[in-house]
Formats: sequence, structure tokens, C-alpha cells
Amino acid sequence: MLYATFIKAKARMQPPIGLLIPLSASNPHRLPSTVARDDEHLLVAAAKRGDTHAFEELVNRYEAKIFRLTMNITRNREDAEDAMQDAFLKSYAHLKNFQEDSRFYTWLVRIAANEALMRLRKRRPNQFSLDEPVEGEEDLMPRELEDWGPSPEQRFAQTEMHEILSEVIDKLKPDFRVVFVLRDVEELSTEETAKALGISIPAVKSRLLRARLKLRQKLNRYFGQGGTN
Amino acid sequence: MNCKGVILEISNYIDGELDLPVKEELERHLEDCEDCKMVVDQTRLTVEIFCDSKPVELPADVKSRLHEALHRKLQEKGN
Repeated sequence: MLYATFIKAKARMQPPIGLLIPLSASNPHRLPSTVARDDEHLLVAAAKRGDTHAFEELVNRYEAKIFRLTMNITRNREDAEDAMQDAFLKSYAHLKNFQEDSRFYTWLVRIAANEALMRLRKRRPNQFSLDEPVEGEEDLMPRELEDWGPSPEQRFAQTEMHEILSEVIDKLKPDFRVVFVLRDVEELSTEETAKALGISIPAVKSRLLRARLKLRQKLNRYFGQGGTN
Repeated sequence: MNCKGVILEISNYIDGELDLPVKEELERHLEDCEDCKMVVDQTRLTVEIFCDSKPVELPADVKSRLHEALHRKLQEKGN
């Protein structure tokens, strides 16, 4: 047997601090190309010409997603709000420099991620650095293994899933969390994530692998058969 | 490919970024190793659950402060 036996521990629920809610079956996952609606480039062009209503429409469209991003990176509401505000204000101030070689939303995510990272570094100067080498391969092997059964996420109410996702992502090390949030929540490409964080593509891949494996391990305590009792 | 090899390639496999010979080798291992198959399936589901999550509505006070700041900025620029 490759993996050690998992000792079940009853899940201890924490108050929600994150902003993740699973989509319902009637509202399935959408790809970034459809999240950023087709008229985005028209709004950006109008905003560049000085149409403030067009820029406000862009803010209305993306404010919740950007707040989720800054909250997921900083895990601090005050910092998340400041980072979100500054991201929108800076994107407006620098809109004329936006080259439109990528989607406005991707550009906005990069600005917001940098604002959030700046605050995270300030608040945890000794705990967070993207320059740190990642752990060795020994740490990667799963230690806990248990059957989750079919569609384990459907055993929980939406608010309960919200709390679970917030709790597990909160416990992830910041340098892994940031990469996971950009790649798997905001759905930036590996290249876009590397560019946004100023790290290499292999570093993104290495941190993403570790983040995904650690999150699987953390979800095990909730999704393992009997974990809901 | 052994179990460690599967774990090291799990992200690339989920993202469909493995070269065909490596992918086939990994899938041959999964046919015979239930533990690795479980880890691969659960890791894929983990990604899907987070990827499918949607943001909640912005809290009213946060939204109000954002739009106030924005209006100040727009007025500054207009003057």
C-alpha cells in the first residue's frame, strides 16, 4: 500500500472569510472568453475616448471578481478593499497605455494581483516571498487517501461549500495560493501567471502542482466518506 | 512510470500538456494502480470545484466606497 491510512477527523467549520461560492448546475462553469463579454473591447475603446459611463460599466462588471481575487491573495478584508480600489483607479489612470494585445480583464487582474501582493508582502514580510525555492519532491506524495464517492461537493449546501473552500485556501502557503488563484480561479494561462508574478514558467508549474495536491489533501477531510457526519 | 512519476506529472496531465508517449505511459499506470487513479481524479475535481466557484456579490459598503473613490477620480480628470 503506497499511502498511509487516513485518520478521519471531524471537520471543524470556521466562519466564512473568503468569497468563493460553487456554481449551481443551472449556472455551469464559464470560460474566461465568455466571462469577459464580447462587448468588452467596445467599452474599453469608449472609455479611452473619455466616456466615463463606459468605464463605470467595466467596474460594475468586474468589481466582485476583482474583490474575490484580492481577498484570496491577501486574506485580509481591509487590504483586499484597498488593493481592489487602487487596481481600478490605476487601470483608469493608465487606460491609454493599455495595448489591447490581451483582454482588459486579464490586464486588470495583473494590476490587482500586484496591488494585493504588495499589501501581502507588507503585512507578512518574513512569511511571503515568491523567490523562495519550493520544497523537495519528497513532500509531494499524498499521505491521506480516502474514497470521496460520486460528486462529493453536492453533499454540501452552497454556503457550507463556501466556508469549506475559504478555509482550505486560507491554509495554503501564500506563494502557492497566489499561483493557484491566478491559474485555477482566475484562469490565467501559465505564461500570463508567470508574467503577472515576475517568476519563471517552471516556478509557476511547480507551485501549481504543490498547491493542487495540498488542496486535494485538505479537501479530503471534508469529502472523505463519512466526513459530513 | 511509477507512482512518484504520476504525482510529479499530475498537473501537466490534468491540463492536457503531456506529450502523447508520456500520457499513455501514465494512463497505463493508472489502469493498474487504484491509489494513483484516486489521487488523479480527486485532484482534477479539486481544480474543477475552485474553477467553477463564482464570486459573491460585492458587500454594499465596499461597493459604495469603491464608487465614491472612482467618482472623485473621474471628477479630478474632468477638471
